[in-house]
Amino acid sequence: MELLDAFLPYLLPIVYAVAMISVFMGLCSYSVLAERKVCSWIQGRVGPNRTRVPLLGHIPILGNLLTGLGIFQPAADGLKFLFKEEIVPGHVNKFYYMLAPVLALAPALTTMVVLPFGRYVDADGITQPLVLANVDLGMLIILGISSLGVYGIVLAGWASNSKYPFLGGIRASAQMISYELAMGLALLPVFMWAATPGSDYGMSLFGAVQSQQTLWLFIWQPLSALIFLVALFAETNRLPFDMAESETDLVGGFHTEYGCFKFGLFFVAEYAHVIMGSALFVLLFLGGWNFLPGLADPWGESLIGTLLSIAWFTTKVFFMIFFFIWMRWTLPRFRYDQVMSLGWKILLPLAVGNLVFNTIIIALYDTFTR
Amino acid sequence: MATTTKEVSIGDLGARSSAHETELQGETMALNVGPSHPTTHGVLRLKMQLDGDVVKSCDPVLGYLHRGDEKIAENMTYNQFVPYTDRLDYLAPLANNVAYAMAVEKLAKLEVPERCEAIRVLCCELARVSSHLLGVGVYGMDAGAWTVFMYTFTEREKLYTLFEELTGARFTTSYTRIGGVARDIPDGWLGRVLEFCKGVLPVLDQVDKLLTRNRIFMDRTVGIGAISKEDAIAYGLTGPNLRACGIDLDLRKDKPYLGYEKFDFEVPVGTTGDCYDRYLMRAEEIRQSVSIIRQCIDQFPEGSYYAEDAKKIFAPQKAKVLTSMEELIQNFMIVTEGPQIPAGEVYFEAENPKGALGFFIVSKGGGVPYRLKIRGPSFCNLSILDKLIPGHYLTDITVILGSLDFVMGECDR
Repeated sequence: MELLDAFLPYLLPIVYAVAMISVFMGLCSYSVLAERKVCSWIQGRVGPNRTRVPLLGHIPILGNLLTGLGIFQPAADGLKFLFKEEIVPGHVNKFYYMLAPVLALAPALTTMVVLPFGRYVDADGITQPLVLANVDLGMLIILGISSLGVYGIVLAGWASNSKYPFLGGIRASAQMISYELAMGLALLPVFMWAATPGSDYGMSLFGAVQSQQTLWLFIWQPLSALIFLVALFAETNRLPFDMAESETDLVGGFHTEYGCFKFGLFFVAEYAHVIMGSALFVLLFLGGWNFLPGLADPWGESLIGTLLSIAWFTTKVFFMIFFFIWMRWTLPRFRYDQVMSLGWKILLPLAVGNLVFNTIIIALYDTFTR
Repeated sequence: MATTTKEVSIGDLGARSSAHETELQGETMALNVGPSHPTTHGVLRLKMQLDGDVVKSCDPVLGYLHRGDEKIAENMTYNQFVPYTDRLDYLAPLANNVAYAMAVEKLAKLEVPERCEAIRVLCCELARVSSHLLGVGVYGMDAGAWTVFMYTFTEREKLYTLFEELTGARFTTSYTRIGGVARDIPDGWLGRVLEFCKGVLPVLDQVDKLLTRNRIFMDRTVGIGAISKEDAIAYGLTGPNLRACGIDLDLRKDKPYLGYEKFDFEVPVGTTGDCYDRYLMRAEEIRQSVSIIRQCIDQFPEGSYYAEDAKKIFAPQKAKVLTSMEELIQNFMIVTEGPQIPAGEVYFEAENPKGALGFFIVSKGGGVPYRLKIRGPSFCNLSILDKLIPGHYLTDITVILGSLDFVMGECDR
């Protein structure tokens, strides 16, 4: 017992982390299902509706309903990836070829550490975030680590030693680097407004959410929100920016030479990035777990309040994931050079202009209100 | 096509790629696209030299779907070749059936009754709607808009159900015979065709909303793959691809057949000949075809669906064969020796969805063609590829190929 007490401080974070990864991976696989279902609804189809598991799938009404909704489909998809034959083409560089999918997924899972997903009121009556590590540089960590995600794609393209993946990898790296600039610059005004000088939460996501208790930053900073959203689409490699995959001209893009579970990892990584991006957008611009603009913190101090805050946050995230899917099945794809010129010639100047504008406004505001 | 490669690749380094030539140095990358590749819609192969993302030269390689249809035709009777015409432009088999039957009838100087003509007009126009629906949908998919493809393909499935009612097959229809069609239209079929026409227009409007003024789609297509009038004529382009360049040539108007002169329809003509114009042409042609179908059904003639006086060409009714000696002999002769077509040469081309599909037939009399040559519009439309593609980005190729709307079954034959 004493031993347990001694180890508990070390053990608990591990338990939390494992729990969070499990939930997150579950979300990833169900995002895949959501993509398939929403896509088929948009296109007037039915989508996966036949995967049935023993016992649960045969409960009279519920079983049919769940089967029809394709609830068991992610399990079938995952198992399929696991049981497929592991094919490694002869012309690849094996070490990097194997490393690439891991590198693609790891950053998305790592950023999760600093992602708050709800709030609770502690014994002292102070509102605290529900997060694995509440660091005051949360946003910087996310930007830093998520930009590592491109290495997985570039490495996949390079290690495949094949022309289509190579082109896909090159496009992905150029695109991601370009859009990170606009993304970072779009975020600066947000934090300039969210964090007053000298506060504890410089670049903290929790601070950003707390600052939106009365007014969501989406309404307050529409231009930042727009630039960030576009950059987010580019960063997650989703259509209309899926240059790295661009399946009509590059076959499969960077993952052309990948199969079975290695491809599955890329697949999950894409959705992990989508979920992370959605969560970020909700935290930064859609008020996180705050109820609605103008209604300050209706969730009580009790446990139920905490759960409600988590539920409300998740609802918003689901809406954003839906938005990602909706866009994908509505819009055509950009051409690679158009993506670059959009990033450098439109988004970047806009972001810089927005930053300068907000700096001036903040300076004036400070001068006149002090 | 390959014979002109050298000459063309020198002339084509102009335009967009000339700016790059001075800036970029180093090796070009050879990239092989196809024969099995998502963008080639079949088995087209493109050998390309890439400078970065810009295509420097493109050498199309054809023939992966070559079946020797023209030679096959020499070894079978005229009617037996009808199923082979299904496999030319397999997205509009009915139109091929009609074009082939009309070529042979022109050689035999055979007039088909009005009702047969009306049925064939319906076949041609429904085939055009079917082909263009797929053309627009796949084009959208090439540009990345999958949903458009699903919308148009759903309509096409309804059309296939109509084809199935009419011909017994959804895909390979084999509907025409020399001197008529295989069977009369089923009861109530015309009503169902009208119903389909009513349903397809809202879908077109939907596609219109998704694509026509879509900023991304316009960025991808306006000014891309532009063909000049002179080039279009020099390379023998036909169909929507030609009309997109601003040349008003539609065989239904210019050399009316099947009584097309009776219908009131417009031939859309483009201005710039780029990928966007080609998309607009197809979308508008569907609407015009629907209008033709409605007019045709409005005044659908009564009468026979085959040329009754052509005793040596069109096989008699089965019921009569079993009861009458003369018909039995007639049936036996046509089945064993084929329709008796007089000696001579003929060339006939019809305005098919993809362009002018021509048949050149040499007959020495009897039931088998001495020589049959097919002019496939897809083949001629594709011949401009090595002129058209250099200077464009790799991603543009999907859009250019999609906008040319070719079918390799007809190209390679």
